[in-house]
Amino acid sequence: MAQTIPQGVEYVRILPEIVLSLFGMVIMVLDPLVDERSTQKLLGLIALIGSVAAIAATLYQSQFPGLGFWGMVKVDGFSTFFHILVTAIAAVVILSSFEYMQVQQIRAGEYYGLILFGAVGMCLMSSAVELVLIFIALETSSISTYVLAGFRRRAAISSEASLKYFLLGSFATAFFLYGVALMFGATGSTSISVIAQALRLSPVPVLAYAGIAFMFVGLGFKVAAAPFHVWTPDVYEGAPAPVVGFMSTAPKAAAFAVLLRVMFESNAPGRLWLIWVAAALSMTLGNVGALVQQNVKRLLAYSSIAHAGYLLVAFAALANNGIPAAMFYTASYAAMNVGAFAVVSHLAGAGERYVTLDDYAGLGRRSPLLAATLTIFLLSLIGIPMTGGFFAKFYVFSAALQANLVGLTIIGVLNSAVGAYYYLRIIVVMYMREAREEVPAIPVSPALGAALGISVAATLYLGLLPGRVLEYASRSAAELLH
Amino acid sequence: MVPISYYLVLSGILFACGVTGFLIKRNIISIFMSIELMLNGVNLSFVAFAAQWHALSGQIFVFFVMVVAAAEAAVGLAIIIAVYRTRETLNIDQVDLLKL
Repeated sequence: MAQTIPQGVEYVRILPEIVLSLFGMVIMVLDPLVDERSTQKLLGLIALIGSVAAIAATLYQSQFPGLGFWGMVKVDGFSTFFHILVTAIAAVVILSSFEYMQVQQIRAGEYYGLILFGAVGMCLMSSAVELVLIFIALETSSISTYVLAGFRRRAAISSEASLKYFLLGSFATAFFLYGVALMFGATGSTSISVIAQALRLSPVPVLAYAGIAFMFVGLGFKVAAAPFHVWTPDVYEGAPAPVVGFMSTAPKAAAFAVLLRVMFESNAPGRLWLIWVAAALSMTLGNVGALVQQNVKRLLAYSSIAHAGYLLVAFAALANNGIPAAMFYTASYAAMNVGAFAVVSHLAGAGERYVTLDDYAGLGRRSPLLAATLTIFLLSLIGIPMTGGFFAKFYVFSAALQANLVGLTIIGVLNSAVGAYYYLRIIVVMYMREAREEVPAIPVSPALGAALGISVAATLYLGLLPGRVLEYASRSAAELLH
Repeated sequence: MVPISYYLVLSGILFACGVTGFLIKRNIISIFMSIELMLNGVNLSFVAFAAQWHALSGQIFVFFVMVVAAAEAAVGLAIIIAVYRTRETLNIDQVDLLKL
C-alpha cells in the first residue's frame, strides 16, 4: 500500500503482455497502410516476431519473480509455464494460418492482431492473482476469440459459430463475475491470497461456497467441461480451422491456470464433488458424442470435451501431484491438438469443403507424410506410449489414484478405451480406404510445415523425455503452495 | 436506512431474470440484453458488498465491469449484424445451420 507509483521491476512482471500488446497495435496501425496483397504475409510475420519476442520476454521476466502492481500480478514458475505455453501456441497457430488465409482468400490483417491481443489476455490470466484482474483478462481473451471465430465472414456457418460462442461465452462470464462478487461479499477482498486466509478460518461462510460454484460454472464453460459443453461442437465446426486449433488450446490452458489458482491456492471449499461430477460427465459425454461424428472438426470438438474431463480428474486429486499433472496435460494437449488442427486446416481447402471423414479416405496414399503426421497426433490423443498424450494421462490417473479416487480413475480408463475407437477410425479411413473422389492434394507450404514440425517435435519430446517438463511443473506447484 | 440484504436479494432477482431471459427469449437482441441484465445484477451486488465491508474497491470494480460490458456490446452487435447479413433473421431458432 505504501508505494503509489509502480517501480521498474513491476513493469518487467508484465513485460510479455506489454510486448504482445505493442506488436498487436503495430499490426492494427499498419493494416490499412500497406498494400492489400502483401498485408497477410507482412503482418503475419510481424505477429510471429511478436510472439517469439514475448517468449523471450517471459524468459527474461522469470528472473524477477514476485508480486507487482499492488499484489495484482504474480510472476512465479507457474505463470512462466503458462506464458510460454500460450505464446508458443500463438506462434505455431500464426505459422499455420499463412497458407489457410491465402486459400480462403481472407485479406484482413487484423486476424494476427487479434491472436496477439487474445494471447495478452491469456497470459494475464495465468499471472493474475486478483479476481477482478482475472475477469478483465478473461474478457480480453474471450472477446478476441469471439471475433476470430467469425472470421470467415461471408460463410454463414462461421458467423453463426461466432454468435453462439459470443452468447454462451458472455453468459458464462456473467456467472464467473457473480461468483467473484459473492466471494468479495464473503471475504471482503478479491485478492486470492487474502481470500485463502479468510477461508482457512472456520466456519467458511455459505456465500463462499456459492461463489466457488458460480466461478466454476463460468470457467467450466470456457474449458468446455460437461454439462457446460453444448456450444463446443457447433463453434468448432463453424470457426476457421486454425482458430479452432488456437481456441481449443490456449484459452483453455489459461482457464485451467485460473482454475488451478482459484481451487488450490485459495483452498476452495467443497470443490471435490463439483469437480468429480464435471470430470466424469465430460469424459463420458465427450467420448460417446465423438463416436457418431462424420465431420472431423466436430469429432475433434467432442474429443476436446473428453480431454477437458481427463484434465479435471487432476483437479480432484491432491494438490502436490494434481497441479503438475494438470500442467503437463495442458502442454501435451496443446502440442497434439494444435498440430491436428493444422493438418485439418490444410486439408480443408477453399471454403472449408473437405472436412468430413470421407474426404480423408486414401490420404495415406495421396500424401503419406501428412497422413503420418496426423497419425502421430491421433495416437497421442489416444494416449499411446512414446507420445505426450500417454504420459499426460498416466500422470493424471496416477495422481487420482494417490488421492484414492478409484471410481473416477476407472471411469477415465474406460473412457480412454472408448476414445481409442474414434481416433483409430480416422487412421483406418486414411490408410485402408480408397479415395472416393478426387480431393485435390495441395503441397504443404513451408510455414505450415514448420508449424507441423514444431507440433510433432513437442508431442514426441513430451512422450520420450517428459522428465524435465514434469520436474519444472512439480517445482512450480510446490512454489504455488508455499 | 435500507438494510444491505435487500440490495443483495434484488441483485439476485435481477441476475435470475437475466438467466431466465437468456433461456426463454428467441430474439438475439433480447438474449443479448438479458446478458447485460445479468451483469448489472452483479454490479448491484458489488456495490452492496462494498457498503457492507466499507471497502471502496467494490465500487471501483463496477466501473471495470461497465467498461468490459461496453467492449462486449461493441463486438456482440457487430457479430449480430454479420449474422443478420447472411441469414436475414434475428430469431435464434432459425440460425440453425450447425445442429445443436
